[in-house]
Amino acid sequence: MTPPEPPAPFNECDQDNEAPGVPGFRSWPGVYWFVIAWFMLVVVLLALFTRAFA
Amino acid sequence: MNQTDWLVLLGTMLGIAAYGAWRTRHTDHLDTYLKGNRSTKWGTIGLSIMATQASTITYLSLPGQAYESGIAFVQNYFGLPLALIIVCAVFLPIYRRLGVYTAYEYLGKRFDGKTRLLGACLFLLQRGVQSGVTIYAPAIILSSVLGWQLNLTILFTGLVVIAYTVTGGSAAVTLTQKWQMAVIFGGMMTAFMVLLAKLPPGAFEMAGAMGKLRAVDFSPDPSKRYTFWSGLLGGLFLSLSYFGTDQSQVQRYLGGASAREGRLGLMFNAVMKIPMQFFIVLVGALLFVFFQFQPDTPVFFNRAEWARYTQGSEGTKLHALEEKYIRLRSVAQEKARAWLAARRGENSAIRANARTEMVAAQDAVDKTRNEAKEALLAADPKAKTKDSDYVFITFILSQLPHGFIGLLLAVMFASALSSKAAELNALAATSTIDLWRHFRPLAAHDEARNVRVAKWFTALWGSLAIGFALFASFAENLIEALNIIASIFYGVVLGIFLVAFFLKRVRGTPVFVAAIAAQALVIVMYFSLSIGYLWYNIIGCAACVIFSVILQAVIKSPASVETSRITVA
Repeated sequence: MTPPEPPAPFNECDQDNEAPGVPGFRSWPGVYWFVIAWFMLVVVLLALFTRAFA
Repeated sequence: MNQTDWLVLLGTMLGIAAYGAWRTRHTDHLDTYLKGNRSTKWGTIGLSIMATQASTITYLSLPGQAYESGIAFVQNYFGLPLALIIVCAVFLPIYRRLGVYTAYEYLGKRFDGKTRLLGACLFLLQRGVQSGVTIYAPAIILSSVLGWQLNLTILFTGLVVIAYTVTGGSAAVTLTQKWQMAVIFGGMMTAFMVLLAKLPPGAFEMAGAMGKLRAVDFSPDPSKRYTFWSGLLGGLFLSLSYFGTDQSQVQRYLGGASAREGRLGLMFNAVMKIPMQFFIVLVGALLFVFFQFQPDTPVFFNRAEWARYTQGSEGTKLHALEEKYIRLRSVAQEKARAWLAARRGENSAIRANARTEMVAAQDAVDKTRNEAKEALLAADPKAKTKDSDYVFITFILSQLPHGFIGLLLAVMFASALSSKAAELNALAATSTIDLWRHFRPLAAHDEARNVRVAKWFTALWGSLAIGFALFASFAENLIEALNIIASIFYGVVLGIFLVAFFLKRVRGTPVFVAAIAAQALVIVMYFSLSIGYLWYNIIGCAACVIFSVILQAVIKSPASVETSRITVA
């Protein structure tokens, strides 16, 4: 059995501007805005849920 | 439990642990041992982050808490998505750029050795205390309900998690967490479906009428424990501190093929966490309705504790209370049925009257439950009077078919193992990198020795957690105990990191003194004020930042060094 290869060091020059690679999103700020919009939608839905069953 | 349940439970628990240990048995490089496999994708990282945060307490205590006081706890997670965005945009890029193993290593590069040690020690202290709770919590509940020996349950759980975490380190933790989360999702979904099938029509309306479905409360009252504002602001600081500076989480997203995988794993949690927590507390609110219509709903869900005292000197009183409870429950059931029949009627006065009578009948039942708890305390001031942690497990054991009982118990153990493993791995990483290597810098080049030391630290912290769980006496409300401990320490740690990232002019000594002063302030305030504990995250953080700025102006620090790569421009 051959010993495992030593791992290459982590890329220390991580690409801060690396594309998210998610369909529909060209930049990370776009992903962040989507998450904020999703969060607001969830809060609105929970508020409506509270009201519906009050 | 029958043989099928045992087979499912042990097969799942030991199978995943053995698989994780076997797949990662050749982990002999420090990078892989502390950061995990570099081919790990965002889905696995996302599940790993989720598994690290959600321990058994999440799945046992939260439904019980919702059973008692509704689903408002979900608001505690409102700050989480925003915090994860900040971690993605600020923390993660800098950590990866510097190639650090631990978050506290960054403090050493940005400030100095003593600030790094302070950050590491605050983490080790806080996590060390919590590590006993996370292993004790499932053991006390499951051993009590199933009649297992508490010490054996603690030992068994502890040894299994030590075995595979020592063997494969972070790689094993991430790998096993993926499969453990699959078991958890499958098990919780099964329990939810069975519960839905057993509920009467109008269950949601009834839970709402009983005040169990108030998910959002916009009240600005700071003395209220769960509101939109405390959840958004306090939760933001708590989450920012937890995901940005707690090594057990930092370690999860520092691994992976690239920064992209870590970022997407965090965003996966930002999107999924609130719906997931809502689902868990909803189970508790619906359990409340379910137990309304059960003929044998106990006055006190911790049956072992109740039985112990009914045989003692207060037995007659407890039996009398139990009979009173049965009578009142029967009235409450009638009123609930009357309301269910009237709720669709045309006459609003009849509907309102039926609802008022149902709520009043339930209040009488709750009052008797409280009397029973007071009677237990009268019998023994050390009696465990919080029984909400036993609500969900009572449902599992009494309502699920065999095989699924084993699966749900596997959920409880899988969640215990997954959070515990990440915790041990983080404690070991911090001990190795920030303490051992800090004091033995020459040993840093000996890769094999570093891995050996990390393995020893993993075993040591695991043994300490077991010892702590075996001999310590913990607060009854375990999930709150964990959050309170975290809130006392996290704010200050977050303050140190925020100064590091955003206040370029502040140097090591001012932030070090400021952090100690802020921590002392938070501890004094905790013991002298009664405000919601989430606010201590903000207070600790703000105090640390403000003190740092003031002290920087007062204390003469060494000249500024180049910080462009390690701060936010």
